[in-house]
Amino acid sequence: MGKSIVTIGGGIAGIEASGILAELGYAVSVIEKEPDFGGKLKNWDHLFPNMRKAEEIEDYLSRKGKTPGITLFPNTTIASFENIKSGFVLKSNHGVSYSAHAVIVATGFEVFSAERKEEYGYKIYDNVITSADLEKRLKSGTPLTTLAGKTPQRIAFIHCVGSRDAKVGNTYCSKVCCVTGVKQAIEVNKLLPATQIFNFYMDLRMHGLEHEEIYKTAQEKHNIQFIRGRLSEVSENIDHSLLIKAEDTLSGRPLKMNVDLVVLLVGMEPGVGTTAIGKACNIEFNQYGYLKIPDVHLAGNLTSRKGIFVAGSCSCPMSVKDTIEHARSAAFEVHRYLIEN
Amino acid sequence: MGKFGFSVMETRTVNFGELDNRLLGYVLENEASFLTCISCGGCTATCSAGNLIDFNVRKINLFLRRCDIESLAREIDKCMLCGKCTLVCPRDINIRNVVMLIKKGIVKFRNE
Repeated sequence: MGKSIVTIGGGIAGIEASGILAELGYAVSVIEKEPDFGGKLKNWDHLFPNMRKAEEIEDYLSRKGKTPGITLFPNTTIASFENIKSGFVLKSNHGVSYSAHAVIVATGFEVFSAERKEEYGYKIYDNVITSADLEKRLKSGTPLTTLAGKTPQRIAFIHCVGSRDAKVGNTYCSKVCCVTGVKQAIEVNKLLPATQIFNFYMDLRMHGLEHEEIYKTAQEKHNIQFIRGRLSEVSENIDHSLLIKAEDTLSGRPLKMNVDLVVLLVGMEPGVGTTAIGKACNIEFNQYGYLKIPDVHLAGNLTSRKGIFVAGSCSCPMSVKDTIEHARSAAFEVHRYLIEN
Repeated sequence: MGKFGFSVMETRTVNFGELDNRLLGYVLENEASFLTCISCGGCTATCSAGNLIDFNVRKINLFLRRCDIESLAREIDKCMLCGKCTLVCPRDINIRNVVMLIKKGIVKFRNE
């Protein structure tokens, strides 16, 4: 066919969409700013809903990335973006030019910087960590302890950190943190059966066939306790345990609790890469800073510019499963576009 | 007929058809951000008064929406207007203004 495609971003979405297009006979260049591919997946331990090892998906993607027709460019960023008659010319930071009949933007998301929610004490107190930190610790296999090496007697998971919060500018729901919080609570219970685990939530959004089942399992088999109330603040005790304050909204009274570890379930944000690439390509953003799609039902992979497509969580928060599906539909849209043009 | 000590109890059902929602309308008209309350309880958790006495600032929303003016009038005077609730509110509601409007509204509609 002789047509070429540039995919910006070598995470789940970028590799999946590129792999399919390479199988269809296109020449695909994948640009990745990091030294290796796979995006944030390499930081995750087990994936909901079936608790499979994230490495299985990593292996799948690394095979996909070797599809004949794909060329991977690690440590590469886009320095300039230009329109030509047949499509686009992109120049890299290494001075290499890539011409493309179509471009896929797959720049992904960033984890919310929890230190912006200062009242929760992340990077101020020793034993406040994020769900992303916990995932890395679970993956490393080292015993889960407080910073001082003590086995935590009580752990609190805090939902909606950096999501549904006008004060940090993110009014949307990040969609994956509810189920992540319950998944991690179960995993911690399996590791530390004597530890009390509390999940503080505003609403538990356990959509779909499997997520509600995970919630039910957490109640039935893992003794996870759910408290409906948003945390107002965390403070540190002299022994470096933490005092958390919330309202126990169902009893209607303020609540205080001493815990040894606080896990903040951080949401998703559009990354600096998405912002930079979006601006360079001159495509529109939505009100949340993600890339704008023209029609939520019928054009989920298109952008405001012809020939530029979007795949994965640079358009909205997505799970691994959603991302793979979105990337596949992006490949289809690109294929259709290249046949028609 | 002797007195048996029985009486007919008033129903506890919230009857939306019969609620007097003038105060609710007045507050929402003047502080539209209050429409977006999700009852998360962040306000109550941080409330200076509520940590010491029987006062729940989150329930103001509930009393107002259920048009329970009697409870509202009793509760609203416990607020010290410190504004900490406004600082933590994830929906960025101006809760202090809501309290002021309720105080004004109670007087206004009592006299009407």
